[in-house]
Amino acid sequence: MNNKYLLNLIDITVSFEGFLALNKLNLNLKKGELRAVIGPNGAGKTTFLDVITGKVKPTKGEVIFKGKSLVGRKEYKIARLGVGRKFQSPRIFENLTVKENLEISVTTPKSPLNLIDKSIKDEQLNEIERLMKIVNLAQKVDSKAGSLSHGQKQWLEIAMLVGQKPDLMLVDEPVAGLTDEETDLTADLLKSLSGENTVVVIDHDMEFIRRLDSNVSVLNQGTVLCEGTMETIQKDKKVIDVYLGRPED
Amino acid sequence: MEFKNLKLSKKTTFIVWVVIIAFVIAAPEILPVFRLNLLGRYLSLAIVALGVDLIWGFTGLLSLGQGIFFALGGYCAAMYLQITSSSEFPNNIPEFFGLYGVDNLPFFWEPFRSPIFSLFAIWVIPALVAGMLGFLVFRNRIKGVYFSILTQASLLVFFNFFNGQQKLINGTNGLKTDVTQLFGQMVGSESMQRLFFWVTSILVIAAWFFAKWVVKGRFGNILIGIRDDEPRVRFTGYNPVIFKTIIFSIAGGLAGISGALYTVQSGIVSPQFMTVPFSIEMVIWVAVGGRGTLLGAILGAVFINYAKSLVSEALPASWMFIQGGLFILVVTALPEGVLGWIQGDGPRNLLQRFGLKRKIETYPSLEVNNKEGNNE
Repeated sequence: MNNKYLLNLIDITVSFEGFLALNKLNLNLKKGELRAVIGPNGAGKTTFLDVITGKVKPTKGEVIFKGKSLVGRKEYKIARLGVGRKFQSPRIFENLTVKENLEISVTTPKSPLNLIDKSIKDEQLNEIERLMKIVNLAQKVDSKAGSLSHGQKQWLEIAMLVGQKPDLMLVDEPVAGLTDEETDLTADLLKSLSGENTVVVIDHDMEFIRRLDSNVSVLNQGTVLCEGTMETIQKDKKVIDVYLGRPED
Repeated sequence: MEFKNLKLSKKTTFIVWVVIIAFVIAAPEILPVFRLNLLGRYLSLAIVALGVDLIWGFTGLLSLGQGIFFALGGYCAAMYLQITSSSEFPNNIPEFFGLYGVDNLPFFWEPFRSPIFSLFAIWVIPALVAGMLGFLVFRNRIKGVYFSILTQASLLVFFNFFNGQQKLINGTNGLKTDVTQLFGQMVGSESMQRLFFWVTSILVIAAWFFAKWVVKGRFGNILIGIRDDEPRVRFTGYNPVIFKTIIFSIAGGLAGISGALYTVQSGIVSPQFMTVPFSIEMVIWVAVGGRGTLLGAILGAVFINYAKSLVSEALPASWMFIQGGLFILVVTALPEGVLGWIQGDGPRNLLQRFGLKRKIETYPSLEVNNKEGNNE
């Protein structure tokens, strides 16, 4: 496999007792790319993330990340290799403060001895401060994460994702439940992250995807239906049939 | 049940500790030896309760098998005392072996001749057993109810094994310690019991500081993270298996120390330490005191057990009903335990309900700021 690609999914098939959640899915990601993944409900978008992060083992196929196969590796090892994930509904530690949440994400190495024995490094504290400024949570440092608004929780989770410094960021529906303004800010944030990082964004929100101004992969019935820019996608007949709907309908 | 990460205010913690330390210092003077001995036993139970709080209150692992590690610690202490006090018996081995016609000491008794080995064995052996058991269970991602059932099943296995091994460890009769010798004195004597009370008190405080040290900072936050959302911890790059094994092993070690102290103060260790109800009681102490508060575990263990002995003296056979009622009350009315309830503004809410206190109209923090603003 050449070095151009950070991630290759090769003929991934996931079968849940006969139901094919993913069916020979192929997808390649370049380093520094921002990629949007859309598709109707049940198209396999979340399963696709589950396969990369090790939550679901593919029935068939290969996942190659930085030249290494990810299939069969444990979730925490995949995370340490540099795959970060933001979940669909905000998954933050509600009983910990904003700062403690970020500490968990920026800490390296993630071994018990390091955690119990040493206090957090200065550079990591600086990183936390930087992250809190980016996502506008500097005022809320010592608030319980559970007391944040929905939008703030989404952003905290994005900050945690960035704090992990992953090479590949998988972002599942980052703007669900956000206001228009927050959505725009999130899109800008994700765009600014790409280039240095490789980002995969899954979402339904067409305005948001358009704003990302990136390549789009359309999933349907567990396979990639079509790939290209937003304009190409919108003109594609297959995509219109299954997803976007015809204007006259 | 929803967990909350309860943190006690400095003031409350300070007041409670002043009361405790004053009591520990005063107790040997004001209490008759019989009561002092009971209190010492209950204090030793506070150490196993601290372990339960670490694994259940912080990490969300509800173990119903802490009796295993408690009893292991007790057996280690009792074996040391028996073997070093057996010089006048036939073959220089503990007296009970004679009853079963055993002439040679079983091999695993030998190292217990050494006081240093025994001192370590009391907590290292239970910690190792807990670590091994925990690792196997956690590696296979056994969680929640299945974990609880598995720990209870292990408890029964240990109980039956210890109960049936007359020729190795005196089976169901257990090992007596009160007529053995330590530092040239009878373990059951008044002066030794006073000494044990002090040792126990100091160890409870030491165990409390140790537990606080474990849960403070990022290590403790990971434990809370595992309790609240384990997959998220995993996807962040942490291996929960290691963290859970470590904390379960720590709780096992604490249980061992607790069991040893309890044994020397009650005068015997027997498989009764590994009965199912006893291990469930440990969980009740923590639930009543307040999960995730550490101090609540100590107070719960001491007060419930003291209440148990007082009630049992006055109204024999009624204690089980009271204990059951207490547990139901806590689960339904005070899900965060007594200490958690006090900390969570419970008393103020209760007074408000009876119209004895003004209602807060907004968030407490804003309310306070507002008042200050008016004063200026």
